[in-house]
Amino acid sequence: MSSNYVKRFGGRWVSLVSHRPFSTSSSIQKDPSHQSFKSLNLFSAINQALHIALESDPRAYVFGEDVSFGGVFRCTTGLADRFGKSRVFNTPLCEQGIIGFGIGLAAMGNRAIAEIQFADYIYPAFDQIVNEAAKFRYRSGNQFNCGGLTIRAPYGAVGHGGHYHSQSPEAFFCHVPGIKVVIPRSPRQAKGLLLSCIRDPNPIVFFEPKWLYRLAVEEVPHDEYMLPLSEAEVIRQGSDITLVGWGAQLSIMEQACLDAEKEGISCELIDLKTLIPWDKETVEASVKKTGRLLISHEAPVTGGFGAEISASIVERCFSRLEAPVARVCGLDTPFPLVFEPFYMPNKNKILNAIKSTVDY
Amino acid sequence: MATQIFRRSRTLIQKNLPLLLGSAFNKSTFFTSTFQYSGVPFVNPATFFCFSRFESTKAEARLNIQNYVSEDENNNQGIDFPGGKVAFTSEMRFISDSDHKRVPCYRVLDDNGEITKFSNYVQVNKEMAVKMYSNMVTLQTMDIIFYEVQRQGRISFYVTSAGEEAVNIASAAALAFDDIILPQYREPGVLLWRGFTLQQFADQCFGNTSDFGKGRQMPIHYGSNEHNYFTVSSPIATQLPQAVGAAYSLKMDGKSACAVTYCGDGSTSEGDFHAALNFAAVMDAPVIFICRNNGWAISTPVEEQFRSDGVVVKGQAYGIKSIRVDGNDALAVYSAVHTAREMAIREKKPVLIEALTYRVGHHSTSDDSTKYRPNDEIEYWKMARNPVNKFKRWVERNGWWSDKDEMEIRSSVRKQLLEAIKLAEKEQKPPLEDMFKDVYDQLPSNLKEQERQLRETIKKHPIDYPSDVPL
Repeated sequence: MSSNYVKRFGGRWVSLVSHRPFSTSSSIQKDPSHQSFKSLNLFSAINQALHIALESDPRAYVFGEDVSFGGVFRCTTGLADRFGKSRVFNTPLCEQGIIGFGIGLAAMGNRAIAEIQFADYIYPAFDQIVNEAAKFRYRSGNQFNCGGLTIRAPYGAVGHGGHYHSQSPEAFFCHVPGIKVVIPRSPRQAKGLLLSCIRDPNPIVFFEPKWLYRLAVEEVPHDEYMLPLSEAEVIRQGSDITLVGWGAQLSIMEQACLDAEKEGISCELIDLKTLIPWDKETVEASVKKTGRLLISHEAPVTGGFGAEISASIVERCFSRLEAPVARVCGLDTPFPLVFEPFYMPNKNKILNAIKSTVDY
Repeated sequence: MATQIFRRSRTLIQKNLPLLLGSAFNKSTFFTSTFQYSGVPFVNPATFFCFSRFESTKAEARLNIQNYVSEDENNNQGIDFPGGKVAFTSEMRFISDSDHKRVPCYRVLDDNGEITKFSNYVQVNKEMAVKMYSNMVTLQTMDIIFYEVQRQGRISFYVTSAGEEAVNIASAAALAFDDIILPQYREPGVLLWRGFTLQQFADQCFGNTSDFGKGRQMPIHYGSNEHNYFTVSSPIATQLPQAVGAAYSLKMDGKSACAVTYCGDGSTSEGDFHAALNFAAVMDAPVIFICRNNGWAISTPVEEQFRSDGVVVKGQAYGIKSIRVDGNDALAVYSAVHTAREMAIREKKPVLIEALTYRVGHHSTSDDSTKYRPNDEIEYWKMARNPVNKFKRWVERNGWWSDKDEMEIRSSVRKQLLEAIKLAEKEQKPPLEDMFKDVYDQLPSNLKEQERQLRETIKKHPIDYPSDVPL
């Protein structure tokens, strides 16, 4: 087996710890309007992005628990057959090992695409992410970096996931300078953002909304494209209140916006996409226009990233605010199985908050 | 009987040939060898250590034969378990919690610095030996002077390598420059061997503008891309799984190089240690784990760290070849690392080396080890088992080193180092902008804003901030 590696890769000789000029995703955005589209669900869009990543870079690797046969959510289907078991492989069941391995691989100039099977299981790797990946460039004075590392993890509610298949741990990672946290809302976003993350020269945690893996279907450009990081997107224009969210929560928020519209309230909806470093300017501009802000996420409200957005916007827009910032989030309990419908920041909770903020 | 056994075993081996050739080979070895109770001693250095391109593959096959053959009449039966066949036995036998005998420690030099009879070792010529000894002396001198400089309050912190000079220098000498080092923090000798200058060491300790790390980390957190030496981070054992990733990259690139990572006895209790060994075995990664078992993890003695026979025995459970070596014997360390390197690269497999040594100094300048360990223990290791003195006796006996050489090098290194420290101390600190750089590849807007705000504050209250950092 090992001699095969030598044969296959023996011809290449690049510097041992290479500093490859990774593309900076924010500067590249292909216009997807002239491409052919195909109807895809979210896991297939992720799968396409991984195919492209492996195809376009012989130094890209995909690994994690059960990824070889296609992964428990099918995101890695067909990759091992196509690119071989030395580039797409199972790892032992050990999250700190997966991320530590990924850091070493990335530090040698590779694109290491690591999968953590559920975001709920990312905590054993917390030290490797927080103390190692995030500080790798800084602590070495840019002698070394692990910018080629992308950590994919399915996150969020799924209707029946209970404590350990439902969590949204993004806020933990938003407290860590040196990594980026990115969450897509739809198949098209997932493909473009994931490719940007993989090619971005910084370590990134990419949370995938698992509820949408099969549920969300969208026309997705067939060819490769990248979507910019740290750029929020106004996905619905409005004038009375700004709603900010990310990932699967946006579709719930959109329904609340539609209902509010029926009652004559015009809502602006923003997808933050990148949580750190986040696009304050877009949110600020919107709140200056509407004078009101509502943030919604599935994670518990206390210490959630909504608190950070709220504080920042109050700092910047205090005199323009016509009502307190509203947060409609998960409750401060562990994620509860049979009580999930009570726990969740659902449409009507959001709608009520919209109305009381507008009527303040 | 013997031939019969062989025939039967051969059938088994043929049956398992696809397994033996594949990556499952490790697993099958693992399953079958744990099946043995008291078995052969873990590693027999004499057979293991063979310089005509070791026959380790053959040896493993032989081991397999023995393992499949049980004296039990059930020996033809077994479970075809995923990962390899496991034989049945009618005897209820628990594997012992330890071997009756501790794994012996491989050495080449005896306490007098004489080569022991019948010892297998890799030859070290005069030039190499003198360079090794000179580097050991340099490391000793660095320890003495930097420690003093810390005591004078001129640097904030220091960690000595005293007592572990042989592990540092001899392991470095046995490696090639292309091998990637992922150090812990008590291996500055490896970086010294690779040509990091005394000035560069001093610059890092003073955190000045020439420090590669831009003054961001405490003293002794060295790192240099050009020397293939990853930057030290304080958490222990985190570098171990990273080394597996680096090794996998070397393998995939077809390099004739390995990754080498260091840790201490305390590290072996961390999850990352176990993650790394398991990943390395499963991924067939050419990585050498060098564990400096120096007896103490700050104040925690090894008896309170693990119940196993040290560290060396942990390798086999993960399917990794391992050796215990006298870490205070430079020739033994050199030979073991040199051989481990050849094995790792040729076989694309990890190797675990446990070097028995002793931390003669305190854990760091923030520690007083006389509070928790007896003075005479420290003295014994400092004097009777001093690795530098032992190697010196051997080098002298060969006629390669004189008192004059000794005087010259000690005074020359001392002079160079004092000069380097003087320069490092005078040199400017890194500029304030370096505080914000390298968090990401580019400065994000929040950091731009924070830098602007900080500069405004500094203008208003310059007295609150150190004057030696250029703004």
